[in-house]
Amino acid sequence: MIDAGISSRIPLEEYARLLGQGEIEELRALAKPLRGRSIEMINSTAVGGGVAEILCRLLPLGEELGLNMKWDVMTAGEDFFEVTKSFHNALHGAPYHATARDFEIFRAYNERNRTRLPLDAEFVVIHDPQPVALIEARMNNGNHWAWRCHIDLSRPNQAVWDFLEPFVAGYDASMFSSPEFARNLPIPQYLFYPAIDPLSEKNCELKPEFIAGVLAQYNIDPQRPILTQISRFDRLKDPVGVIRAYRIVKRYFDCQLVLAGGGAPDDPEGAMVLKEVLREAENDPDIKVLDLPASAPLEVNALQRASTIVIQKSLREGFGLTVSEALWKKKPVVASAVGGIPTQVIHKQTGLLAHSVEGTAYQIRFLLSHPEIAAKLGESGHQHVKENFLITQKLKRYLTLFLALAAGK
Amino acid sequence: MTTAETPFNFFAVSYLTRIGNQSAGTIGELLQGLQQCSDASIFHHTFQTLGEHHFLTENFSNDFAQWAMADANRNDLGEQLASLDVRDYVSIAALREDLCRMVGDFCAAYPEFASQEALERFYFCESVEVTVPLGLQARTLDEFRQGILRLSHAGFYFHFISSRLRLQLQTNDFSHWLADSLGLETLAESFNHIDIYTNTLESTRAKMLRLIDRERRKS
Repeated sequence: MIDAGISSRIPLEEYARLLGQGEIEELRALAKPLRGRSIEMINSTAVGGGVAEILCRLLPLGEELGLNMKWDVMTAGEDFFEVTKSFHNALHGAPYHATARDFEIFRAYNERNRTRLPLDAEFVVIHDPQPVALIEARMNNGNHWAWRCHIDLSRPNQAVWDFLEPFVAGYDASMFSSPEFARNLPIPQYLFYPAIDPLSEKNCELKPEFIAGVLAQYNIDPQRPILTQISRFDRLKDPVGVIRAYRIVKRYFDCQLVLAGGGAPDDPEGAMVLKEVLREAENDPDIKVLDLPASAPLEVNALQRASTIVIQKSLREGFGLTVSEALWKKKPVVASAVGGIPTQVIHKQTGLLAHSVEGTAYQIRFLLSHPEIAAKLGESGHQHVKENFLITQKLKRYLTLFLALAAGK
Repeated sequence: MTTAETPFNFFAVSYLTRIGNQSAGTIGELLQGLQQCSDASIFHHTFQTLGEHHFLTENFSNDFAQWAMADANRNDLGEQLASLDVRDYVSIAALREDLCRMVGDFCAAYPEFASQEALERFYFCESVEVTVPLGLQARTLDEFRQGILRLSHAGFYFHFISSRLRLQLQTNDFSHWLADSLGLETLAESFNHIDIYTNTLESTRAKMLRLIDRERRKS
């Protein structure tokens, strides 16, 4: 069994300074009936990607509240991750012909992990499709199993979904990032937003000299507008579309584009997409393509804080936590109206939505022309994240789910 | 200082949003959904969502109005739906009736718009409420003030806004207790006059604290 490394504990009082004492007292009250009861979270990667990032922060907070929480990571070979990456894309609607061998590989690694992992907690939460078949190890001991799906299932490849659905139906509850992603399931489906940690290195306040240093390191001019998209190099994030939108904006504003991201071990496609992006950038000195390591949170934080506008032009999206990260930093955001993004970007209230390359370019031009509107959107966006998308809210939703499951609601 | 026989018990509250099976792609389908959805769904899209978006003090009232404006592109209907004040209702049935009447009247007046596809679908959801005692009680106005200060946004909203559905009265937990247990009818009434649509929960709380302080200075 691999026990994933988790972040160091941050006292809850640190959050009280940002959120108010009332929010923390409420968390303590909700956690009280759950103290000492076992909770196990399982996913497929310990580093990279939003899920690992959330779990890294969630566990220390749970410990602060006296919860007996642990996080286990399933182990598998490259063949498994090739299959699950294809599943991931197919569930997002990409064309894919699943073979019997793919399903066999999927089942085999899940079976192997069923014997490796304890899976005996009172509340077991499985994240995403990779470990979904662990449900077959469920013991008849009255424990509660919940499946947290972080991806957009609104138009899934039917063969892949038909394969996964019987596993999902065995859980007590499922959680999705948007109502649009829910399926016709015989179990309750809940809306669960991902979350960011305001005290993590990726989101904490930074000194201006540190931000200036990062800009200097990557030859980014702080005097000219900076447009930024932070995301993995993944076709579904449409980095090439971002470059095309930037080229339209560039006709009107002397701006720079930063495309920064890193790979995750369960994403073998990243290097290929990075090459496509570099080709599209055509050595434009104002386009900075930064292949950051997964452990560069301070650099990402600095790039977001230095940005004039943050873009998230995804074609499909689970939730798009980078949007919340930018809003938390009071940045005006222009993003695609896909997946969980409209939940974060309420059009004209907390940011601007777009549906195309041209639309994205137009909204960017509008905000560059109206900095006062951009600032207001950023301020409302910050409040929206504070109320709904912080790690403390995430923990509160989990506490509520466990209390509801235990009460048979 | 007056001490109440019955204490005010502050609660912690949290909601899960349960995704329902209904959705609407047109205003006509929205009407059908409004007629058929559960009470928990009407509560979620009106009472609950106002609390979640309390920081938007311009043009945000409830999910139905927001969808009519942003996705169905019908500002006229959106404005009407946004004009509903949840504090006018002590039952979900009455609120549902008014929502259905407004959307029904629109569909009858503009049948061509009632069947027009919206940009995004409306998904009917429900609130699943979990409450636990906060372990905090008040018997005096001073203790009550301390409790108000220590409440979370959700707890504050639970006691101040959604309480009227529980009480089935045009009031709220705070005013109800102030009037009934401390005999402070005027203070109770002034709480009820705070406009929650143009205030955030924080500014509402600040106004409430100022009103309490004014009352304390009297004694």
